[in-house]
Amino acid sequence: MKHLNAVFEGLGSAILLAYRAFASLPSAPRIIKRVVEQVYLAGYSTLPIVSILSFFIGAVLALQSGISLQNFGAKQLIGTLVGESLVRELGPLMVSILLAGRVASATTAELASMKVYQEVDALETMNIPPARFLVLPRLLANLFYMPVLTMVGIIIGWFGGAIVCEYVGFIGVDSEQYFHSLTQFMTIRKVFDGLIKAEVFGFCIILIACNTGLRTKGGPREIGYAVTRSVVLSLITILILDYFITKALA
Amino acid sequence: MKKPNPPLERSDRNPVSVEVANLSKNYGSQKVLKDVSLTVKPGEIFVIMGPSGSGKSVLLRQIAGLESPTSGTARINGYDPSLPETRDRFALALVFQAGALFNSLSVYDNLALYPLEHQLCEKHEIRDRVMHALKILSLENAAKKFPSELSGGMKKRVAIARALVMEPQLMLYDEPTSELDPVMSATITEIIATLKQEHQVTTIVVSHDRDLALTIADRIAILMKGVLRTVATPAELRNVTDPDIVDFLNPKIDLKNPRYLKLEV
Repeated sequence: MKHLNAVFEGLGSAILLAYRAFASLPSAPRIIKRVVEQVYLAGYSTLPIVSILSFFIGAVLALQSGISLQNFGAKQLIGTLVGESLVRELGPLMVSILLAGRVASATTAELASMKVYQEVDALETMNIPPARFLVLPRLLANLFYMPVLTMVGIIIGWFGGAIVCEYVGFIGVDSEQYFHSLTQFMTIRKVFDGLIKAEVFGFCIILIACNTGLRTKGGPREIGYAVTRSVVLSLITILILDYFITKALA
Repeated sequence: MKKPNPPLERSDRNPVSVEVANLSKNYGSQKVLKDVSLTVKPGEIFVIMGPSGSGKSVLLRQIAGLESPTSGTARINGYDPSLPETRDRFALALVFQAGALFNSLSVYDNLALYPLEHQLCEKHEIRDRVMHALKILSLENAAKKFPSELSGGMKKRVAIARALVMEPQLMLYDEPTSELDPVMSATITEIIATLKQEHQVTTIVVSHDRDLALTIADRIAILMKGVLRTVATPAELRNVTDPDIVDFLNPKIDLKNPRYLKLEV
């Protein structure tokens, strides 16, 4: 019962935080600099690791499906499988998992330490709402960088698959055949669905990170606990949401 | 860009009064403040003293509106301090014990944040205001530094400068001289007294620094175990007979009968 209360309390405060943040949207022109800063810190800085990870996910996917499809004589469908898997599922999911590990942990640590060291209290006495000053720039920035990161990840993953198909001897599917198969069944709708997933995941991750950070109480030890809680909660949330969004979009 | 808010008229910037009425604060089963009532007159320096753990900082947080009392009220000119409208109406500045400077911002940006966020004036005026505050606190050379590069004393001075930029009507200080050497303590004490004289700002100082209190306070409140024991002028406090207060203000070191053996957990 105690845990259930904590879950609902957390959920309620996250919704309230999002409401407060977006209620201060009219002041958005004033925070453009902070939004751009967040796009750079959270988005641009995550790009290299997204690229590396996506490349190898695409490569492994091509390798695994190559081995399996070979048995059925359906090697020419590797492109379709890699393409669809990355667009509809693995692209948004892997970028979100990276975001949870890299950006959510850093965000929670920063906000939790601001809370513990009374910087958030200082903002409140200055009548600067933390939701506007700390949360809104992060949420707005996320709306910009999340689809870009996801799209970049998907495309690099496709190329990872193409290179494996081209150069791993026993697969023997050339790039032209691979991309033909990939584009044959690919539609804008599928890409759009993947990007919607990424946006929802990204929004939830950043909201959870900010909410967990701002709810931190106690001393420096709590900062570490808050970071762990934030990452775990983000991962659980995106996996649960993944099921429901996939079902809704199907 | 949004038109800057017009600056408040001087008449709107009169020092404010603070009324605390029957205020109690509990954390779970722990009663930290018990039925505290006091009034701070406009423009006075009011020092809240008491031993560590007596609830001084908690009382200050209720006055600043950072926490809600369990029962009773704290009011600034009759308004609830936790409401953003009250903070819009009366500029309230709190100097935190550890400074609470924004670590990701330079000293200049820390000071400029309030007028920038509230669009109080044009950027060149903000720069003038910030540089003026830095000059008062002898911090002109620290403008580009980050809080992590400052000493404890400098952080406190920056925190005071940041409060000064707000042109507050109510200044709250939480242990402004703690962890400082005697010279820096005296400097901070002088700054508090000068700011009050020059800017006619109502000032509440939470401290267990007896020298600070007896030197600059108009009135002193003694808080012990969450109970307000007395409110008196420094002169009246020198003649007080309450043994607990006498012991707090003039503790005698008795090695034959050490007090640490009698401390409550």
